[in-house]
Amino acid sequence: MSDQQPPQGTVTAGDGARAASPAAPRPRRRKTDWRKRLEITLLAGPAIVVFIGFVIYPVILAGYYGFFRWKGYGPATDFVGFDNYMIILGDSAFHDVLRHNGFILVMSLVIQGPIAIVLALLLNQKIRGRSLIRVLIFVPYIISEVIVGIGWGLMLQTSGSVNGLLENIGLGQFQADWLSDPKIAIWSLMVIISWKYIGFAVILFLAGLQSIPDELFEAAAIDGASYWQIQRSITLPLLGPTVRIWAFLSIIGSLQLFDLVFIIWGQYVASTAGTSTMATYMVANGRTSGNFGYGSAVAVVMFLISLAIALVYQRFILRRDTEGALTEGKK
Amino acid sequence: MTATITKAPLKRGNRSATDRQQWGSPATYFIAFVFIALCLGPVIYIILGGFRDNSQITMDPAGLPGPWRLDNYQEVLASSTFWRQVGNSAIAGIATTLGVVILGLMASYILARYRFNGRGAMYSLFAAGLMFPMTVAITPLYIVIKDLGLMNSLTGVILPQIAFGLPVTVIILVPFLKAIPDEIEEAAAIDGTSRLGFFFRMVVPLSLPGVVTTGILAFVASWNSYLLPLFILGDQDMYTLPLGVQAFASQYSVDTAKVLAFTSLSMIPALIFFTLFERRIVGGLTGAVKG
Repeated sequence: MSDQQPPQGTVTAGDGARAASPAAPRPRRRKTDWRKRLEITLLAGPAIVVFIGFVIYPVILAGYYGFFRWKGYGPATDFVGFDNYMIILGDSAFHDVLRHNGFILVMSLVIQGPIAIVLALLLNQKIRGRSLIRVLIFVPYIISEVIVGIGWGLMLQTSGSVNGLLENIGLGQFQADWLSDPKIAIWSLMVIISWKYIGFAVILFLAGLQSIPDELFEAAAIDGASYWQIQRSITLPLLGPTVRIWAFLSIIGSLQLFDLVFIIWGQYVASTAGTSTMATYMVANGRTSGNFGYGSAVAVVMFLISLAIALVYQRFILRRDTEGALTEGKK
Repeated sequence: MTATITKAPLKRGNRSATDRQQWGSPATYFIAFVFIALCLGPVIYIILGGFRDNSQITMDPAGLPGPWRLDNYQEVLASSTFWRQVGNSAIAGIATTLGVVILGLMASYILARYRFNGRGAMYSLFAAGLMFPMTVAITPLYIVIKDLGLMNSLTGVILPQIAFGLPVTVIILVPFLKAIPDEIEEAAAIDGTSRLGFFFRMVVPLSLPGVVTTGILAFVASWNSYLLPLFILGDQDMYTLPLGVQAFASQYSVDTAKVLAFTSLSMIPALIFFTLFERRIVGGLTGAVKG
């Protein structure tokens, strides 16, 4: 280390050290500021440019085009004010879509949450093959939505393997049109969603459990607490932040659900099967039918709904955790 | 230091206590087994289905291969379409990963170790990005890409993927970089290393675990991504695997066995990749989530 010490290097180092010497003379400080700004621009600039260009700008653009009737080419000139929004809010197909999204959101939390917590508690015990189990339950999460959609679509179709299996084990009377019967389809979708994403919840909860210090369990055990008492009074409360973060991710995911529905039901069947979501509605009525202005307006509505839910959630539920979860380090 | 010393005896006591109950109860294994069977069942169905032929599938949709047929897999492996799509997916995945990691690491370094006005705003900007997955921005994004003349090119997929991958990367990496003790930076400064030198010589190697995690997340997300390529890539020659699988499935909708073979081959790369780096992914999630 010491042999790579050029004489002038010490000077730059003194400048660079962050506010370590508050007594530094003024002119040198200004030079530091200039250098620091250059470094900040150089290192953070590219990320900010890409992020603003491809995330923020499109969102703003959607807000702009949402006020036009526009077919996607040439400049948007046919200004229609809030007409697109009035159509969206009055469209019964959009009301259906909202109901489906709400159902998916609530059921995802209700189905996956408790099951994942119980599984995580079970798997957090010292059992053989735990790391293998962890890999295997994560497999559905790693597989792409397209593959999941095609695989489950083939399994659940009327002549598919689920009905075949029911026939083989003598439960033929329970065969159903899992995908096309509007009463059943959304439950089929919930099964597929739970199957795909529950592994993520379990892994997250396991990670949360492992960050709870062993000493707490040992102390409770010495005090004579039973296994379930320990889980209820120590583990679950300390797992709270992880559960709340997971719920947040799950909610946002439910609102954005697209791939699975689009692959399995396609854009037109989804609404008759009762599984259409805001995103499939947006694609079907926006890009596919060439109404980019209308599609943009739907995007804005989706955006506002997600934003409102996210803000409310952060304000009332995540607030006590965000310091720790998102900024870390300050513990 | 003190922490390690006090921890050591505790750990030992812990181990002797757990030695007795190391196997756990049979019920735990049973539940774990059932759960894993449910997780893997559909995957196994897809893989085994590729080894059957269509008459077998029609006769008994839920049966096992008998006899085992290899020709579905052979045909898919021999088709140039499949390999071209693998190539496209690989290019998009690798470029996205590099972009996300390089840009994300640089920005996270600034956020973690520089003090300046607007730092909080910059962090909030990226953190807010977490709330807006691509679905919301896809229609205008399509327009932006079209205006840039990037339609039908992998670049048009890669750039937005980098942008949308940045929030998670920043959220995961900033704590990693903050955790590097100031003393190391001061020591490096005393030894004459500039802050940029410190970045390349110390920060990059020390943050490698976090970098690997975010890189894997970015790669798997890109490998599996469907919506963006669906909007951007209209030309069959540019299709990535998810688009290809879907096109194949609708084109050969009567040939279920071949669709299953194509599908199972296309999921193998992501599965291998994940198995290799499972520890990193889980470790990274732990770092990002624990309070």
